[in-house]
Amino acid sequence: MSEISQHSTPRRAAKSGGMPSLRALLTLLAVLLLAAVPFIAPSMQLLINLALAKGIAVLGVTVLLRAGQVSFGHALFFGISAYAGAFLMASLPGADLILVLVAGVLGAALSGLLVGLFVVRYRGIFFGMLNLAFSMIFWSILEKFYHVTGGADGIRLPRPTVLGMVLERSGFEAVIFYLSIALMVLLGWLTLRWFVSPVGQIFQSLKTNETRLEYLGLSPKRVLLSGYLLSAVLCGVGGSLMAMTQGVVTPEYVWWVRSAEMVFIAVLGGAGSVRGAFIGALIYEIVRVYASAFAGDIWQMLLGGFLLVIILFAPKGIMGIADGLIHRGGKRRATTAEEAR
Amino acid sequence: MNLTIFLLALFDGISYAALVFIVALGLTLIFGVMRILNVAHGSLYAIGAYATVSLTGFFLALGFAPVFAFPLMLVSAVLVGVLLGGPIEWLLLRRIYDKPEVLQLLVTFAVFMILEDVQRLVWGTQPYFQASALQALGNVTIFGVTYTVYQLILLPLVAIALLIGLRFFLRHTVIGKLILATTEDREAAQSIGIDADRVFLFTFVVGAVLAGLGGALASPTTSILPGMGADMIVLSFAVVATAGLGQIGGAAIAALMIGLGRSFAVYVWPEVAVLVPYLIMVLVLLVRPEGLFGSPVARKI
Repeated sequence: MSEISQHSTPRRAAKSGGMPSLRALLTLLAVLLLAAVPFIAPSMQLLINLALAKGIAVLGVTVLLRAGQVSFGHALFFGISAYAGAFLMASLPGADLILVLVAGVLGAALSGLLVGLFVVRYRGIFFGMLNLAFSMIFWSILEKFYHVTGGADGIRLPRPTVLGMVLERSGFEAVIFYLSIALMVLLGWLTLRWFVSPVGQIFQSLKTNETRLEYLGLSPKRVLLSGYLLSAVLCGVGGSLMAMTQGVVTPEYVWWVRSAEMVFIAVLGGAGSVRGAFIGALIYEIVRVYASAFAGDIWQMLLGGFLLVIILFAPKGIMGIADGLIHRGGKRRATTAEEAR
Repeated sequence: MNLTIFLLALFDGISYAALVFIVALGLTLIFGVMRILNVAHGSLYAIGAYATVSLTGFFLALGFAPVFAFPLMLVSAVLVGVLLGGPIEWLLLRRIYDKPEVLQLLVTFAVFMILEDVQRLVWGTQPYFQASALQALGNVTIFGVTYTVYQLILLPLVAIALLIGLRFFLRHTVIGKLILATTEDREAAQSIGIDADRVFLFTFVVGAVLAGLGGALASPTTSILPGMGADMIVLSFAVVATAGLGQIGGAAIAALMIGLGRSFAVYVWPEVAVLVPYLIMVLVLLVRPEGLFGSPVARKI
């Protein structure tokens, strides 16, 4: 997780040359495979859908990791978005799916702006812990003001209509599933584009040397805030999708364990890698479902143990390992070996 | 608000602040010397409480007098510090001192996740309650308000003794001066023959003992539940951040502010009582980003 290089130019050069890289091909294959899940393995559809929702949220944490910052409280935006959708459905029965999504994302963006204005003044320890404190504040509010929020039981989020149509359960699940895939591709692509944009490049240089940025006449706070907003919005999209898939929102959406899970997946997938966020989320969810039968009691212990192993022995996560394999498998070009992921 | 309620809130606040201060003291000591924020500190606090309850229950069942609970608190705290704190520093933290801050945070966070499950495996999820130490000291009545001696007198006394003791230890003993020298400049200290590794190990164990002691002292006043460690790490971080990271004397004042703020909120507006510590922290940090007593850090270019 230490060397996240600016790798935009060589890759774009490769693309314009007309040679689809192995990586792009693999990504396309993976997306097609995911899209086929409802046909080949219908029993996995719900699980994959939850993993995709989580993956989009993890992408938010990943964005911050690119600037060398870790947030232990990003479940806050995940939860705010989910609750915004639930409150909207409660006050406006039969609202449209798009409306629920927009309301959730707006809620996440607004709270991201408020919290962001405060936390971008800090880096490192303070940044991580203040985020945690904010998520704990929101969690206590959800638990204490139960006459509004339903307390620990949470509130139901009835099935919204889709473009004015009232759908059956299976139809709605299919809509949400393909919406999640579409959003994954769209947001993943947008995030990659953002990384190579001027703002994104400046954002990533926060990790290396912030003082130099200031000498260039740029405001590190404002740059970090823009990245923070992006990460809050991504978490918001994930939370909204998750809430609509599950049909109920509980304070557990904001609980620190959820934030820890996001950080874990981001580090597992490969800190700073967009594809890694989704691959990590898929692997995490699938392993969790099968492992919970016999390891439910020690799940956090396993996560903590794995986290230690990854940080100490494989700091680039799954994507780092995969890249190593790809490179070993043939075209070992001196330039590409440098720019892992 | 009449006098009785005012006094009750005041006493609640003082005893609560004393407990939080003891835990925060360990956190800020470790940070001040090692520049690492130990997220697992909350777990050490919880395990200290669990260990005290188990040990006290065991020895009281053998027929010992309730007063025996007090030395057992010390025993549990030292056990937590040596058996958990020692290996954490020795096996894990020692590998990552030169890594980025974020990685260090992630490592202690991973330890925290592991220890949370260890608690549940060892002690289960049902709440424990063991108040023999509290009852052994009886009550005291001040202006018509009856309060336990344990919370009103013993806890603040221990907190003050620790504050003064630690300041004395750091400034007037050889080991304390070695610690301060290492804090000031690790390389320079090593070049004149100070074993920085041992200083760090010692500091971390002392910090862990303080976390365990906080838990041990808290155990008679509350029921011991899973999740108390998570609450405590965020709360003690709030205290430490309000004071300024690494500020030992400041942590005492911040703990008092936060403890009193919370206990008065309990009587005035109970729903927001949990939020008050964080509101105080956010307000303080808005005005002084480096905390009440922290000083701005000179930047390296």
